[in-house]
Amino acid sequence: MRVMSEKERLLEMYKKMVTIRRFEEKVSDLFSKGFIPGFVHVCLGQEATAVGICSALRKDDYITSTHRGHGHCIAKGADVKYMMAELFGKATGYCKGKGGSMHIADTDIGIMGANGIVGGGIPIAPGIAFAAREKGTDRVTVCFFGDGASSQGSFHESLNISAVWKLPVIYVCENNLYANTVPLIKQMNVNDVATKSKAYDIPGVIVDGNNVLSVFKEAEEAVKRAREGNGPTLIECKTYRWHGHYEGDPELYRSQDEVNQWKKKDPMVLFRSYLLKEIDIANKILDEIDNKVHKEIEDAVRFAKESPDTELSEALTDVFA
Amino acid sequence: MRTLTFREAIREALREEMRKDKDIYLLGEDIGVHGGAFSVTQGLLKEFGEKRVKDTPLTESAIVGTAVGAAIAGLRPVAEVMFCDFFTVCMDPIINQAAKMRYMFGGKIKVPLVIRTTFGARLSAAAQHSQSLEAWFAHIPGLKVVMPSTPYDAKGLLKSAIHDDNVVLFFEHKYLYDKKGEVPENEYTVPLGVADIKRKGKDVTIVATGYMVQVVLSAAERLSKEKIEVEIIDPRTLAPLDKDTIINSVKKTRRLIVVSEEHKNCAVTSEVSATISEEAFEFLDAPVKRINTLDVPIPFNPKLESFVLPDEEKVIKGVRETLGYKFK
Repeated sequence: MRVMSEKERLLEMYKKMVTIRRFEEKVSDLFSKGFIPGFVHVCLGQEATAVGICSALRKDDYITSTHRGHGHCIAKGADVKYMMAELFGKATGYCKGKGGSMHIADTDIGIMGANGIVGGGIPIAPGIAFAAREKGTDRVTVCFFGDGASSQGSFHESLNISAVWKLPVIYVCENNLYANTVPLIKQMNVNDVATKSKAYDIPGVIVDGNNVLSVFKEAEEAVKRAREGNGPTLIECKTYRWHGHYEGDPELYRSQDEVNQWKKKDPMVLFRSYLLKEIDIANKILDEIDNKVHKEIEDAVRFAKESPDTELSEALTDVFA
Repeated sequence: MRTLTFREAIREALREEMRKDKDIYLLGEDIGVHGGAFSVTQGLLKEFGEKRVKDTPLTESAIVGTAVGAAIAGLRPVAEVMFCDFFTVCMDPIINQAAKMRYMFGGKIKVPLVIRTTFGARLSAAAQHSQSLEAWFAHIPGLKVVMPSTPYDAKGLLKSAIHDDNVVLFFEHKYLYDKKGEVPENEYTVPLGVADIKRKGKDVTIVATGYMVQVVLSAAERLSKEKIEVEIIDPRTLAPLDKDTIINSVKKTRRLIVVSEEHKNCAVTSEVSATISEEAFEFLDAPVKRINTLDVPIPFNPKLESFVLPDEEKVIKGVRETLGYKFK
């Protein structure tokens, strides 16, 4: 596998962030128009955490994700066509339409499932990491979760066992200041989720979750630590979600002012600006990427709309191997 | 033929399978150095080392969660939840994750996971250590539930459970561990989903599970002296249930009693009763009778505990009632 040049890698990161942004905008729009059944939880505003973390991973590394997992999946390399088809509940979706938004998985590229239970993926991550190590590989496992999940018992049990067994897990908390509708101050007695790492004597770092390169830097260090057999890390990414917990959320718990303040720290815009000014990449190149992504998303929507519905008989398959 | 205890038979199954397949790992509390709360895994740490016999922290969610993760990433773990009563602490990884992952992900993965546990009363272990919670799991699509009643079945079923690429919950009745039975030296398995006729008879069919199979066998011996011949069916696998064996028996005897140590309300035995009522109604000469534990938490006092549990007397009384049933 050819190693990317630094510039290529930065452009790849930019492309992924744009893809997440446009995908989630499109999903929000399509959901409001009735194309997507059920619930969706978009990650608009949180693109830098997904991309920063996953850019430090290999294709054969693993992630477990959350109910707000579209960004994680895209960042890990999932194809937006099959993701969109899955959201539409079509036969061509990643899960044949049987999982939906919260259960997208692509095990070929290490995406071991988004999860509808808050904290549900957290106890599974150490098991994946354990198997990877026992099989003699140096594959690492990233476990995504939010600030809310850090109150779940499963979070504590998972960090504990990973620490005791020194497993190659990287715990990534996307702290967007709200667990559903409840703010941080009502959820925990500490200011930072990273503080909780002390209970397990593992490194706990805090990073600006809207700065993709800062996130990437911490991810690289944590991945190295894990790959070298030195155990887990907890990375807390301070960030914010622009939309409600779910599409349709009346958002009674926060002000539009607060949202607007955070929108000024748009991770995608910040990164684009960085590429233009510090890396001297031409506007034209970035525009080309934008256009390419735009087309890919349009193609994905067309693919999803034109794909056949899942056959009814599929309701009875895949219960057992 | 040699005899082994129920406990030894389970241990032998684990040992033989672990020797054949390096991907089998044991995870659980006190299973290593201590050899298991009920001494089932004694000697396995010595043979297979800390690498494959892991004394975990006290952490059911993480034990089972870790086992699930390991199963989807290439290993074949056998996790132990010491008492089935503790499943309450780790329901999510079993019910919402392991049972559903294959289906939700469109068939992409398999979850070759065995979870062993103990269940049942008569040890004065009181309400939180005496339950029979198999019904919770039999209810969930994506889970298989196995419950042996003899050493022969225990060894054969555990091997099959380990070979199965799905989530299998393996329920071991605490009171059976010391029970001896014939176990062949040669390699054998007992298939999942197949019931066993433990005693042939013509007058009434009794479906019994776990330790109750032994209780019903004793009751049958006593009834035989009165020329009442009981046919005893041990489902061995509660989910998926072998309905055909039960229906064929009911066609012959015309009467069915279901016996388990579960609370009567909403038990697996309720499911058997409903199924037979639905699919073998014409053959029944009496309603299906259920003999279970009373619907109260299990009391500590030994006499009270006996009072609430099903026993030989209650089974015999039930047989007489069923045989004496007349349509009004």
